[in-house]
Amino acid sequence: MAAAAAKLKGGRLCSICNDRRPALKRPKTLEQICRECFYAVFEDEIHNVIVENQLFKPGERIAIGASGGKDSTVLAYVLSELNRRHNYGLDLFLLSVDEGITGYRDDSLETVKRNEIQYGLPLKVVSYKELYGWTMDEIVKLIGLKNNCTFCGVFRRQALDRGAALLKVDKLVTGHNADDIAETVLLNILRGDIARLSRCTSITTGEDGPIPRCKPFKYTYEKEIVIYPFCWLDYFSTECIYSPNAYRGFAREFIKDLERMRPRAILDIIKSGEDFRISASTKMPEQGNCERCGYISSQKWCKACVLLEGLNRGLPKLGIGRSRGLNNEQNKDMKQTDGTKSMQSKQCGTLDF
Amino acid sequence: MACNSATCQSGCYKDSDSGAVQKRQPATEKGGGDLVFSANSCVCIKCKDNETIAATHPAVSGGGGGGGGGDGSRFCADCFRGNLFGKFRFAVTSNAMISPSDNVLIAFSGGSSSRVAIQFVHEMHHKAQKNFDASRDKSLPVFGVGVAYIDESASFTVPSHDFDRAVDEMKLIVSNLAPPVKQFHVVPTESIYSSDTGAGRHKLMELINSVSDVTGKEDLLEHLRMLSLQKIAVENGYTKLVLGTCTSRIACRVLEATVKGQGYSLAADIQYVDARWEIPVVLPLRDCISEELSMLCSLDSLKTVETFQRPHCGINGLISSFVKLLREENPSRESTIVRTAGKLKPFSFNRIIEVNDCNGHSASQRRQKKYNLKPTESLPPESFCSICHSPLKKSDTTSLNATGNGEASVGIFAATCSSCQYQILPQEPSSLESFRSLLPQQMISLAKNGSCDRQKWLREEIQDFLLSDSEDGT
Repeated sequence: MAAAAAKLKGGRLCSICNDRRPALKRPKTLEQICRECFYAVFEDEIHNVIVENQLFKPGERIAIGASGGKDSTVLAYVLSELNRRHNYGLDLFLLSVDEGITGYRDDSLETVKRNEIQYGLPLKVVSYKELYGWTMDEIVKLIGLKNNCTFCGVFRRQALDRGAALLKVDKLVTGHNADDIAETVLLNILRGDIARLSRCTSITTGEDGPIPRCKPFKYTYEKEIVIYPFCWLDYFSTECIYSPNAYRGFAREFIKDLERMRPRAILDIIKSGEDFRISASTKMPEQGNCERCGYISSQKWCKACVLLEGLNRGLPKLGIGRSRGLNNEQNKDMKQTDGTKSMQSKQCGTLDF
Repeated sequence: MACNSATCQSGCYKDSDSGAVQKRQPATEKGGGDLVFSANSCVCIKCKDNETIAATHPAVSGGGGGGGGGDGSRFCADCFRGNLFGKFRFAVTSNAMISPSDNVLIAFSGGSSSRVAIQFVHEMHHKAQKNFDASRDKSLPVFGVGVAYIDESASFTVPSHDFDRAVDEMKLIVSNLAPPVKQFHVVPTESIYSSDTGAGRHKLMELINSVSDVTGKEDLLEHLRMLSLQKIAVENGYTKLVLGTCTSRIACRVLEATVKGQGYSLAADIQYVDARWEIPVVLPLRDCISEELSMLCSLDSLKTVETFQRPHCGINGLISSFVKLLREENPSRESTIVRTAGKLKPFSFNRIIEVNDCNGHSASQRRQKKYNLKPTESLPPESFCSICHSPLKKSDTTSLNATGNGEASVGIFAATCSSCQYQILPQEPSSLESFRSLLPQQMISLAKNGSCDRQKWLREEIQDFLLSDSEDGT
């Protein structure tokens, strides 16, 4: 009756509860819903994703990769809420990486430290300086603003794994959202990377490695993550000062245009990514271990060690680009000792005297 | 071994280039030494003899739309033409697209890609005819060629005199090709309805207007275009349908399918051959980018008719402008996209099925080089979306049937891909029946055949486990 009365007055009602006044248009579906229903539907969807994909088992220790930005802050909050509400029985930890970027990471780490207190989750910080002996500031000073993101990305991936190992956790969760995954699908198509295309939509990756990673926000829209904590969650929102990555931004812009025209396009891209018929014979890189640090690697040395070697030898270009990696150089050296046959077919310019 | 010496660089240089140097000899005599050549960047990188297109036809290479750094500045006109035709011919021969006994229908939109398709098929035909005339035993028949244009004026308005003039121009293009005369079919989309054209046109417009999503409307028109082409081909005895779909268009198609959630069926649409239709569809220009094709058109003054070229709208429009941006940033991006999608697993119908009739065509079979024809295992026939005819993922169809509203009225829409459900089918379940009544019979029977095939296959699969009455008795 109340609903009918409100309709008569000309006011619309929340399309979920049909009771309260709508407060927002839900980005994912464009439904007009009230604030309460938005929180409920946002959290329930994530809970369903966790349950349906069996992301966690009771008693597991879980590290949340926390940067202090919106995605990971909302993830930390929502996971600790759901853990309590639905009795997941998880031990949650915050894990942060300090890249050593003055004016960016030092500030965002302050946010994570506040979150530690606010949610009562223990925090572990691992820094590039202690792991690799270099801060990003020092690396940028040496190599400039080109390719610096390669260093940062490779180092962060490994730093998170090392931090997770120190915390003795069973899994690492990251705040990658639906927009991020849709963007990655597109980028892998644009780059021709079929191997990455086949695994970039998996909700859990690295199950064969020491610490699997999963993305509870796989189907969560970035816009909803921004709306969710509006005005009341404490998070840090500044772009990395070294990050202006034009190419990724390009794809990002396109995704946002698509979303404006058809919100479900993001989910459709993820669905496509999951459904691509990738034949089993597609060559996947063979996993081994880095001979230097023991980290998983498809090459003789892991990427981080190659990059680090370059930094320490004063050859920062080492490991950047396709053909000039240290691994290739080593391969060449090995072939050279094999005999002279292979030497003749080699281009002469690359031989090292 | 030369690599070990101090003079290694020059030695290797000579070694690797010796072939080229020899070829250059006559030119060197004329032109006066290698130095002149290396300094002069206007020489074709292939024949190293003629001047590049950029030098000989500045208007052509400049007008290609940002093609300054492309083929125009690298090849001379002859090498460029040869290169492009080579890609076409390789696609045709390695996929057994056209065999001597075929009768080929080329779909012509008036644009440069399909114009080049006509030209290249015509050249191939011309050559085959010459060989036939010269051969003694006349054992190799020559394939037939026809051209079709689908008149879509029911879906968008063009002033009738513009339309008539454009169709006349197209007729002229086809009739100006060297003999034998090629048939030119102009058929309106509404001909897919078996009723008279007036009623058909009305029904078609009603169907199109019932789709509210602009992208859905555009996609539906594309499916109808394919049905129309199939109908022309069947009724006129054609055995292959040639489309001028080029790399650039396929790159867009890859992204369109991805964005619409059609990742599973994507691999079906982008292969050289698509034999899921009654008349197999072939894409011989799959490896040519649109810039090359329009450059060839202006180079050889191949006339195109632009009256009907409509910009894409909705999601498709967004994607074509995105791909345009990508191309400007990196001219080979379109090829990379197609190459990525090309690594997806094609379907069993993405090949020409060999007809092993041994009466007389052995000569033709011997002469064909085929590369991509691998035998397929016994796979279940795919089930297809009843609207766009794209193969459906098994898990999607079963979940659909499970949740199906249980209404018999849904009928053929039980097998519809999620994209068509969203952007083409009416959202109101009550209007499904009236929507169905607007669909051409061809679409409905295609959908029905598909499910029959599947049933038959399933029956064959379980045949061994079924006991007949007599067996049961023993």
